[in-house]
Formats: sequence, structure tokens, C-alpha cells
Amino acid sequence: MTAAARAAECDVRVAIVDDNLSLGGQIWRRATDGSMPDSVRWTERLRAAKVTELCGLRVFHQPQVGILLAEGVDDIHELRYDKLIMATGARERFLPFPGWTLPNVMGAGGLQAMVKSGLPVHGKRVVVAGTGPLLLAVAAYLREHGAELLRICDQASRSSLARFGVALLRQPGKMVQGLRLKKALAGVPFATNSWPVAAQGEQVLESVTISREGTSETIACDYLACGFHLVPATELPSLLGCEIENGYVRVDDFQRTTLPEVFCAGEPTGIGGIELALVEGQIAGLAAGGRADEARSLFGERKKRRAFAQALDRAFQLRTELQRLASPETIVCRCEDVPYSRLSQCSSWRAAKLQTRCGMGPCQGRVCGPATQFLFNWNPDSVRPPIFPVRLESFAVTAGVSEPVYQEVTGGHG
Amino acid sequence: MSNLLTVTVNGVAVEVASQATVAVAVVLAGQACRTSVSGQARGPVCGMGICFECRVIIDGKPHCRSCQILCEPGMEVRTDG
Amino acid sequence: MSDATYDIAIVGAGIVGAACAHEFARRGLRVVVVDRDTVGSGATAAGMGHIVVMDDSEAQFALTRYSQHLWQELRRELPDDVEYDQCGTIWVASDEEEMTEVRRKHDHYRERGVATQALDAATLRNFEPNLRPGMAGGLLVPEDGVLYPPCAARFLLERAQQHGVQVRLGCSVAHLGQGRIALSDGLEIRAEFIVNAAGTGSPDLTSGLEIKKRKGHLVITDRYPGFLRHQLVELGYLKSAHSVSSDSVAFNAQPRRTGQVLIGSSRQYGAEHKEVDHAMLVWMLRRAQEYMPGLRAMSTVRSWTGFRAATPDKLPLIGPWSADKSLFLATGHEGLGITTSLGTARILVDQVTGAKPEIPIEPYLPSRVSREHAHV
Repeated sequence: MTAAARAAECDVRVAIVDDNLSLGGQIWRRATDGSMPDSVRWTERLRAAKVTELCGLRVFHQPQVGILLAEGVDDIHELRYDKLIMATGARERFLPFPGWTLPNVMGAGGLQAMVKSGLPVHGKRVVVAGTGPLLLAVAAYLREHGAELLRICDQASRSSLARFGVALLRQPGKMVQGLRLKKALAGVPFATNSWPVAAQGEQVLESVTISREGTSETIACDYLACGFHLVPATELPSLLGCEIENGYVRVDDFQRTTLPEVFCAGEPTGIGGIELALVEGQIAGLAAGGRADEARSLFGERKKRRAFAQALDRAFQLRTELQRLASPETIVCRCEDVPYSRLSQCSSWRAAKLQTRCGMGPCQGRVCGPATQFLFNWNPDSVRPPIFPVRLESFAVTAGVSEPVYQEVTGGHG
Repeated sequence: MSNLLTVTVNGVAVEVASQATVAVAVVLAGQACRTSVSGQARGPVCGMGICFECRVIIDGKPHCRSCQILCEPGMEVRTDG
Repeated sequence: MSDATYDIAIVGAGIVGAACAHEFARRGLRVVVVDRDTVGSGATAAGMGHIVVMDDSEAQFALTRYSQHLWQELRRELPDDVEYDQCGTIWVASDEEEMTEVRRKHDHYRERGVATQALDAATLRNFEPNLRPGMAGGLLVPEDGVLYPPCAARFLLERAQQHGVQVRLGCSVAHLGQGRIALSDGLEIRAEFIVNAAGTGSPDLTSGLEIKKRKGHLVITDRYPGFLRHQLVELGYLKSAHSVSSDSVAFNAQPRRTGQVLIGSSRQYGAEHKEVDHAMLVWMLRRAQEYMPGLRAMSTVRSWTGFRAATPDKLPLIGPWSADKSLFLATGHEGLGITTSLGTARILVDQVTGAKPEIPIEPYLPSRVSREHAHV
């Protein structure tokens, strides 16, 4: 959103496109309650600059350089651009453990998104687990909405989190945020070195067993919000041919990818949180809009925020015990129900795909890919269209001139 | 101030706040969204449209990601479970 | 001869190489299989897995029919993940001209003992209600089937391993000949006989092989059980497979056991890169939509490409290579690799061991090609 607003303020025609029903992605999802003033400010700026908003559209292919195809509920859009800014964000990393497929076991961000989408959690007993700063934010949010927070468990060690806390304090505004969270979560048991070992239930989740420093404890609950930090959404950059380095999109100082007309900002270039994403977005928007000097003036702030990204990375490394949570019968690929035992016999991601169909389901490896990468050290395959499942008729469209031309397209989701 | 609207999930009426997603309606109805390939009940996980566990049949159309679709009055939602 | 490490070294762990390994092993020979990637990672991974009798020529018919029988014999032993399904093929006729072809094919197959049933428009609609109305009819070949090739290749190789066959995956071959295979890592394998079953990679290993890559596209949908019951092939497919130089598409749809619909097919010469060619894909999908309008709204989950190993006369090369007494070929199967893999293995192994093949082998001998060269 910041990229779109900034670019449009450079006097170029800008469109912003997102799969979600409204702008804001995950962090600013439905932020109409005043809790996120930045969201309001940037939305106003974007609208004042006359950015065209295209929500509910999934970009799935670029059949020709400069033309993206995006599918809506019952139509398809051709988006021609001179410059493209990708802000496809990140998604949670899910790791398998016995019982993780039970209904009401969700991601941490996943449960929060459901609550933002209308799921009532008042009086519901929730355990939050996994790793990453998202856990605390989600826990606080859920508590605000009436959930009974039974436990927050992070697999990170106490010392990692302490170091992270110190790094946080160095970031402007973070101390206030931190204190606010602390207040919001007063009285909620928080455990480090702690992770889920199994979820139990007949048809839905009924309890979760948490391990902590060698002992385990089973806690009856209604929801388990469990996510192991974030992985970047790099499907669109990969499809276009941008260079991906260590799983992240490689960009220069102006957030330009290895393709000259294509920019990338936010989590796909490195998981760094919202403030970093906001400044990277602005740099990309200004650079794409031709205002290099103004972009340059933000380099200092970006550098500061990048330090936070590095601290994040260090603090929330996954411990090896998590590789051994799955039992042989535990489903790892949820689309095709492939259990751990079958995958452990495969020598590579590709062999696993061919022999078991792991990764060949509709999620296109978005869930099982990061999981198997962590479990088996596999590297994912190359990306082919459609990068999101689409109706066959959408795929069968030749690119021709049928939609208005945008000078810049900013794409979210993926 | 939210209005309420009614959809049906597997033939049973469910009242939801307007602007609620179909996934919310299914969870409120106490149903699983889908049955997996090997017969397991599944519900929403990622909440953002990428895990495909929340797929349901809406007004006869299969494979709809319910977490990305707003409820509309009279919608008929079916899960295959 | 007596200091050779193996009796047979097979290059290629695709369906053909795996079938050959399986057949050699059954006859008690010491075999090693080498592949630069994983089992069934070439055309075997990409293709439709259709087991189909084809009557393009007597030779093609003989080999496909023979091999189809062998698959039927083997079916009871195939594990679940091979997903063998004798769903049958329906050759779909969209007009009267194609119905003439239906009748010709029907008689042709009947004379040769292949069960077939000519379907009029109404019967066709009964069998496949999701075909667009207005089709003229079709030909049902009930003994045709489908399977999932990567698991079939793995099964054959595992069976071979149970008989002592060695398998070396992730091993690139730098060159081969005269009873020796030199691997890229410097190691060497020696064998009395070498089998080049490397598909589109085979001309890189044996110079003079006239094998060209023929690119194909495929698309698979999400699960829609019951949408399709038989493998459907438009009769125009034959024109597509016939053409030796131009790009073509032909409607091909297969029900997978998962309930997904697998959609093909396309053929291109001269396309070297494996990226999806959007124009070809659109062409292929539009053709599919014409035949089955219900496909339009179906969720498409993946697309991919593959390369068929194509010979000039459209028949595979199965037999000795005259320039090298140690070398045999089992390659060039174009779109019939899965179907003819078992038959190929039988007649190849017969030739190596001096046993009498059960079908005439002349049409597939590599020497047919060199002979033509000699005449030129």
C-alpha cells in the first residue's frame, strides 16, 4: 500500500491488486477499529492519489513480459504494466505433529484472521504455540476479543528471547509496543523452550500436549493457534524469473529485482516486520515512480529497521527437536494426505512429488514445502503457472489488449 | 453495529454477522469444512486463502475457499463430510 | 567378457529402463541401472500413463497390443500407488468423417481380436455425459487403461532390486561404449552389454541416433470424481501424432483415480526449453473446453511440460546398435513409452539372450535406420 501511494504521488497511473477482499493484507486486515492508525493513514493517501484498487483478484500467470493475468470471482483481468512492484508478503510456517490436522488447530495468524473475519472467540480456551513475535500479538488480540488465553509457548530459548527483547528496545516505537503487549498479556502463562508435541480430539481439537524443559503437560482447549514464524511468498517473483537468493528475492538499494522493471518490497525480500515493509514499500514506490532522491532519503530508516529483521532471524531459529515431532503416520502433505513415513523414504522434493504427490495438491506446496524443507532439507522445485489454482477458462486466455494500461501495478498476496 | 444474516450449512440455518466469511459460518455450525483424501475432517488453518483446507461447496460450486468468501443471505453451503 | 562387472548396464531409470531391468533380472542376469536423476524423472514423470492399443501401423499395433497384454498379466501384482485402472479409451468422433474412421478402426481391431464397441451419439452421451452435445459417436476400447507412471517405474525397479539389480541414481553418464560406462564423477562401470534407455537423452550418449524431442503440455485439475469415466481421445489425435513437422494439439482427457482430470495433449518440434508455452497451452485448453464445456469452471491446479523421444518413422529403436557390439538401444518411444515398456523389455531381453521374441522384431531394429542411411 505504501508503494502504491508513493508511486501514485509521483504522478503515474497505479493499480494495486490483492487476492483478499479488501486492502491491508494480513497485518492490516479489516483495520477499521482505529487500532492501526498507519493503516488508515496510508489508505487515505492511496485513495487521495487515485490508485486503482483491484481486490479479490489472484495473479496467476505472466504469459508475456509486462502482462499479468489475474482471476476474480467470475472474470479475469489482464494487467499491463510498465513497472511492477511485488509486495506478496509472507505466510506462516506450519510444522507437522500428531493431531495437527484436527479442526480448530489453526495457524496463529490463521486464528487471528478468522476472528477478524467474524469468528467469535469469547470465552473460548486458546493455547498459542510455535515461535515468533506474531504469537504475542495474536495472543493479545485474542484476549482483547474475549478469549481465555491458557498458555503461550515459544520454542525459542529464554536467552534468545531476551536478546531479541534488547534488539527491540533499539527500535523506535517498539518499546511502547512491547510494554503495551506486556500489559495486555498480564497473567497469561508464557513458556520458552516449549512446543506442542501432540493435539488430541475425536472430531475436533479437545486438548494439546505441550512439552517444556523435558516435561509434558496436556491442556484442554478449544483452539490451538500454532505457527512457526514466517516464510516469504516468492511464487510470483519466481515465476517472473527474479533471482531468489537463500529463499528471498534479491533486490538492490532501490528494491529493484534482477528484472529491471520489477521491484519487490517487504517480507519476500527478508522477513522483517511491518515497519521495515512500510519503508521498503515507500522506497520501491518512489524508485518506480522516478524519484530516486526521495527514495534515497529513506535508506537510513530502512537500515535501522533491517537490524530488527536480523534480530528476528536470530531469535526465532527452529530447534532440531521440531524435526522429530511427527510420527510415521502423521500427515505432512495435507492436500494429498501423505504421511511422514512415505516422505522419509524419498531422496528429494522432486522424488517425493513424483512418488507420493506431496506438493502436487491445490496449495501447490505452500504448506508442505516449508515443512519438508525443515524436516528433510529439501529444496523446492521451479515454479510453473498457474501460481494459484484458477478456473481452466481463466488459464485458457490469450494475452491481448482488453484492459486499461497501468504504468505500475503493485501486487499483494500470493 | 453489525447486522445478522442467515446462510445454510448442510441444510441447517446459521446466523452470522454480516461481513463474516463462509468459513466462520461453517465453524459456527460445528461442521468440518471438508473431508481429506484419507477421510480426515479438516477445517481452516491459515485464514488467508493459501492452505485450501477450508474448501466447501457454495451454491453447488465445489472447491471454494470459504475463508476468502463473505457470507451472503441465502447462501447454501455444503461440506463433503 | 569374464572380467565384466555386470552382465548388463542400463542407462535410464524411466519406465523403459525399469522394465528392461525387471525383465533381465527375471532371467537371472546381473544388472546395474544408472540414471542422472531420480526414478522416472524424464518423460515418465510427465506423460499421461495411458495404456493404449494404437493402429497407426501394423508394427505399432503389434507392439502396443503385445505390451498391453503384459500389463494385464501384471496388474494383479501392481501396488495401489501405481493406480492401474482399466477404464478403457473412447476415441471420440465429432463429425461424420470421424465416424467413418470409427467404423474403420472398429473393423480393424475386431479382425485382430481387440475388443471394441462402436458407439452412436446417444450411447456416447450415456457413457460420457460431460462431452458436449452434438458428438457423432465414438469407439470404445475397453481393454485400454491408465496408470501412474512414476510409481510404475519405481515398482518395476524395486522388483528388479529384489532380484539383485543395482540402481545408481543421481549418476550422470559422461560417455558410454565398448562395454564401458564412464560416469561424470570419474567412476566407471563395465558390463558385457549396455542398454541405452535414456529417452530424450539417448542421442547424447550414442551419436548417430535420430531422436528428436517432441514437447508436450499437460494440465491437471482439482478433484471432481465422476466427471469422466474413460480416457477420451479425439480422433484428430491421429492427425496430430502423424505430423512430423508442425505443432499440433489434440483433445485428450483422463480420469485419475484421485478424481482429478488430466488434460492433454500437444506436440511441438524444435522447442528446446521446458517452460510452459502459453500459446500452446491456450490452444490445447480451448480444444479441451470445446469437447467438454464443463472443464471451463474446474479448478486447474498445475501445468507442466515433458519431452517425448521421437524417431523419424514413429517406431521405437529396440535392438543392437551395429557400430558397437556391446550396445543395445531401447529408446525413441514417443508417446507410447508407458504402453510399450513391458513389450520393449521382453523383445530387447530376448535379443540379448538369444531367446525367440514373441512378436516380429524387424520393424523396431535400429539397423533399419542405418540401412536407410546406407541406401542414401
